[in-house]
Amino acid sequence: MSLDLGDALQTFFAESRSLLQEMEEGLLRLETAPDDAEAINAVFRAAHTIKGSSGLFGLDDIVAFTHKAENVLDRVRNNELALNEDLIGLLLGCRDHIERLLDITADGAEMDADTRQQGEALASQLSQRMGQSASTLPAETATPVQSLGGGRMVGDTWHISLRFGRDVLKNGMDPLSFIRYLGTLGEIVHLTTLNDALPAAAEMDPECCYLGFEIRLRSEADKARIEGVFDFVRDDCQLYILPPGSRVADYINLIEQLPENNTRLGDILVACGAVTQRELDESLALQACESEHRESAQPLGEILVERQIVQPELVGAALNKQKEARHRQSQEARLVRVHADKLDELINLVGELVIAGAGATLLAQRQGGSAMQEATALISRLVEEIRDGALRLRMVQIGETFSRFQRVVRDVSKELGKDIELVITGAETELDKSVVEKIGDPLTHLVRNSMDHGIEPAEVRAANGKPVKGKLKLNAYHDSGSIVIEVGDDGGGLNRDKILQKAVERGIVGPNQNLTDREIYNLIFEAGFSTADAVSNLSGRGVGMDVVRRNIEALRGTVELDSAPGEGTTVRIRLPLTLAIIDGFLVGVGDSAYVVPLEMVLECVELSDADRQALAHRAYVNMRGEVLPFVRLRDHFDVKGNGSRRENIVVVHYGGHKAGLVVDQLMGEFQTVIKPLGEMFSRVKGISGSTILGTGEVALILDVPSLIQQAASREASVNSQAGLYGEAGLSGTADRATASVQ
Amino acid sequence: MELSSERHENRLRVHAAGEMTIYSAAELKPALLEAMGQSDEIEIDLSNVSEMDTSGVQLLMLMKREAGAAGKALTLSGHSPAVLEVFELLGLGGWFGDPQVLPADAKGRAA
Repeated sequence: MSLDLGDALQTFFAESRSLLQEMEEGLLRLETAPDDAEAINAVFRAAHTIKGSSGLFGLDDIVAFTHKAENVLDRVRNNELALNEDLIGLLLGCRDHIERLLDITADGAEMDADTRQQGEALASQLSQRMGQSASTLPAETATPVQSLGGGRMVGDTWHISLRFGRDVLKNGMDPLSFIRYLGTLGEIVHLTTLNDALPAAAEMDPECCYLGFEIRLRSEADKARIEGVFDFVRDDCQLYILPPGSRVADYINLIEQLPENNTRLGDILVACGAVTQRELDESLALQACESEHRESAQPLGEILVERQIVQPELVGAALNKQKEARHRQSQEARLVRVHADKLDELINLVGELVIAGAGATLLAQRQGGSAMQEATALISRLVEEIRDGALRLRMVQIGETFSRFQRVVRDVSKELGKDIELVITGAETELDKSVVEKIGDPLTHLVRNSMDHGIEPAEVRAANGKPVKGKLKLNAYHDSGSIVIEVGDDGGGLNRDKILQKAVERGIVGPNQNLTDREIYNLIFEAGFSTADAVSNLSGRGVGMDVVRRNIEALRGTVELDSAPGEGTTVRIRLPLTLAIIDGFLVGVGDSAYVVPLEMVLECVELSDADRQALAHRAYVNMRGEVLPFVRLRDHFDVKGNGSRRENIVVVHYGGHKAGLVVDQLMGEFQTVIKPLGEMFSRVKGISGSTILGTGEVALILDVPSLIQQAASREASVNSQAGLYGEAGLSGTADRATASVQ
Repeated sequence: MELSSERHENRLRVHAAGEMTIYSAAELKPALLEAMGQSDEIEIDLSNVSEMDTSGVQLLMLMKREAGAAGKALTLSGHSPAVLEVFELLGLGGWFGDPQVLPADAKGRAA
């Protein structure tokens, strides 16, 4: 793209992706409800829009391919081609191909041979469908139509909607002769001529055809014969044929397909043959008469229904059509597309504001003027609200991420030959966009795992008296400042004994250690567990689970697992709502301040003099009879200056391990705006980020997991040097901490 | 297609004769519009129209609509059998709202 269309092109890609998403959702919905006219329309619209916009950018490959898919969709929409599983599969394939083409264009790459071949294969399948459509016609009339009540329309009368192309007359054909010929097949009961497309006198070309016709034909002929009447103008007209006995739903479809956008409701109803002109006129008169009595006239639709001239569904559809355009406009006006970078910038600024606000509050406190303090208190309250509001801007519903799994579940269950249903709850739960982006991969892993190994094959399920159809549940909810995401299945559950056996073999737990079932299940998240050996022995559960855990812990989240034999397994992921601002616990060493994430702090204890004496020689303290490894932050960060008079130990925990951090001062809770550290600090151990205090000083955020590891390894080395290893009954905690490091 | 017109007080009567088809549509449109510009009350006599196709009907519909929009009265009179057949087929008699005299044979066909 040498043209300066960069920005517009980006918008095009973004829009196309969301359209493809809609398309996929629509197709999946059609798989369960093949008569969902709205879904068909949505899919068609998506393809149509992508084709149109691609044309604007001259992306000919996309236009050419999408056009073929659109043709097939158009036939589906016109009830000329029946939707079945194969066709939906093909259309999903087309959707994926369009996505690939978009990706290739976005990367500025050339189409490779593979993609080209795939496109050709899909295109030939598509054209096969186009050719096949004629033979599916008779069957199509027999497809069940969704019942919206209202019953059948009376009589053996066909309804035919005709819109002739502009050029028919110039091509030497007279629409009238087709209608006359149609009359030979039966009796034209009613015919309405529509001139809505007729332009103003000045623009009207007398040699063009602008007319449309709504025809009620009483005839014994079959659909193919009626359609045959229009063979000569097939490419030059829009033709909709509704067979006798069509239900209200069909007419509703028709209303939605007719081109007369601005036709008044009444006209649409007349056009459908649902009401006659006379009935309409009467209702209009009634409306006019009533409006004299009342300021706001009762809508025409209500009058028609009240007088039982039309079924409510028909009016509803017609009204919907009128409202749709207006509604879409107002929807667009309510949503603003904002670049994610701008939002990040705003969040950054709000972070600065929080820090500056803390500085101002501190100053006010020092100076002590009550008016000044009151003012800063007000400001800090507002700043807090702004902070919450700004963070909320980045909140997105998890539903979008969840619904992507409809496709995964569909494809994987086909692949595995299992019948699995996806149940989504809590889709409206919100969380930070940056978290959403990173949760996709671990979730996919868990979902695939559940489907692959959790849910048993149909025969096994049937033998165990369970419903043959497996169920996979995705659930999300908020729980005290964090979001919980659950991936559950109703499969066979985990094999507790095998896991334990494996864990003992691998030295993850001691042979005589007493563990609860839950602790045993959660062992599959341990790093040593995911080996090829485990795959065969444990029917695969646990493969890559440590990767899942690592991904989630990188988001400052946790993961745990529940399982009941024969009933299924649920993996529960707990994530912080945001990655930008956390609750911290501020501690001081010398003149420096450090922040420990508050949720990792267990307790704070003052170090006794006796302990302080012993610290120099030992790497652990006796904590109420428990061996607790510790790190002296003063030593770790090489803080200058003399030790203070008193020292405290902050007990932190993470991932089942505990350790103490020895600090000088405890300074209390602190709203921490996380600032990432630059590249050059990436090798510094024990620090995960920085933040700025109210005084303007920088405080480092401690990387607790790595500090715990260091504490444990230091304890081990000190112990072995002093020949103390194995002495004095190391408690379970220390044992495990050591083991996990080795 | 031939057009001739005569004036009766305020009323302009236009006689159309021959084919109202695609072959004459291009000339007919400006001629009819011009005639409409000359008076507030126009009558188009269709008694000598020998043939009518979609383009002819379409033109008459355009005239009727334009006249209505401009607050003028346009009536059609003396529908020839060719015109009646088309109006009957397309259900346009009511749309134009002019009295139509059905000849005996046309009546039989319509029933």
